[in-house]
Amino acid sequence: MTLYAENPGAVPLAGGTDFMVAWNAGLFYVKTVLDLSRLESWKRIAETKTGARIGALVTHGEIQRHPRIRKRLPLLVEACATIGGQQIQVRGTLGGNIANASPAGDTFPPLAVYEARVRLRSAAGSRTLALRDVFTGVKKTALHDGELIEFIEIDFPRAPSRQIFRKVGTRAASAISKTVAAGLLWLSSDGRIREMRFALGSMAPTVRRLLAVEAFLAGKKPGPRVADEAADFLERDVSPIDDLRSTRAYRLAVSKNLLRDFLRT
Amino acid sequence: MIDITVNGKKRRYRGPAFKRLLDVLREDFGLTGTKEGCGEGECGACTVLLDGEPVNSCLVPVAQAEGASVETVESLGAATRLSPLQEAFLDRGAAQCGICTPGMLMTAVAHLRSGGSADPKSVRTALAGNLCRCTGYQHIVDAVVDAANRERKRSSRAR
Repeated sequence: MTLYAENPGAVPLAGGTDFMVAWNAGLFYVKTVLDLSRLESWKRIAETKTGARIGALVTHGEIQRHPRIRKRLPLLVEACATIGGQQIQVRGTLGGNIANASPAGDTFPPLAVYEARVRLRSAAGSRTLALRDVFTGVKKTALHDGELIEFIEIDFPRAPSRQIFRKVGTRAASAISKTVAAGLLWLSSDGRIREMRFALGSMAPTVRRLLAVEAFLAGKKPGPRVADEAADFLERDVSPIDDLRSTRAYRLAVSKNLLRDFLRT
Repeated sequence: MIDITVNGKKRRYRGPAFKRLLDVLREDFGLTGTKEGCGEGECGACTVLLDGEPVNSCLVPVAQAEGASVETVESLGAATRLSPLQEAFLDRGAAQCGICTPGMLMTAVAHLRSGGSADPKSVRTALAGNLCRCTGYQHIVDAVVDAANRERKRSSRAR
């Protein structure tokens, strides 16, 4: 941290899966690089009383292999399995994924519905931000100069009645999402929705929880009609665009279909 | 100065710390079996094993390989004595232009070593980060399935 404080313009490097693409293109020429890859203590997954603390340098491959994470945070595991091919998954890190703040980050919808907290560390001290407060725009975060992501903290949720992760892209590996969705739903004993959390990526400058949809659904019984009505609220929380990967219309249509499918029965 | 074990041999590299592992293997160590495809981590042609795991060597600065063990396609077999996986590729005609082949082989080696299911679906998942623009993949998947089946037979005979 002292090194980083002394070199505030340095570019932090973790697994290199994004960094090296830019480096190879000459974009970081004459920049100082801070290689974090030997920080062993940031490579661990620790269990806490209420959940797990995933070190910023834990790779997507390690998350998929961790038995407790597989059991308790399956949406995150599914997301990690869709990030590039194996070659990317064994190098790319969860902290690096967050720090890059791509609008299409595949781990972000699961992290959003699991209400992850992000621990930041600098020479001056530490602070914790809710995931939603980390992202401030396309490829922009709330990290101050000299601050690094140390770990991601997630409380294990009680077992959901249903859950979904879906990435919609052109091919299985090495594709950037057109839309990416994660959802958790808990039903009461009378079959009504006690709580539902749904998040979409690639649909706004940052990952978005569908707060209007979630509020509308509280206390309702899932079914075709409720599913259609809920889909009408989707646009209140997202603002997809036309770009080289997809169109606004397609992204909205497929996201609404995913939401409807989740709530139809 | 960076020390790396390459195909079981200790090698020493002197030069820029951010040279790509791919270039160090090819230019400094003369191991030109590893090919460059896209140079941005999309195609897997440059796949080597880093401490046993498949990585895109175009995305690894050599500094991050310090002290590690690297395996390249040269470690698999010689022209006169191919590895069983290479034999399977040959039998199935799993190569055309050949640029993707070293990367395919190394990713397949990692798959076989990790228990290597012969289920074509799991082979396809394992190879998802390796692109081929010639074969249409079927022959490659067939070859890895064959190799996994042979491996299984061999280990059951051994038992």
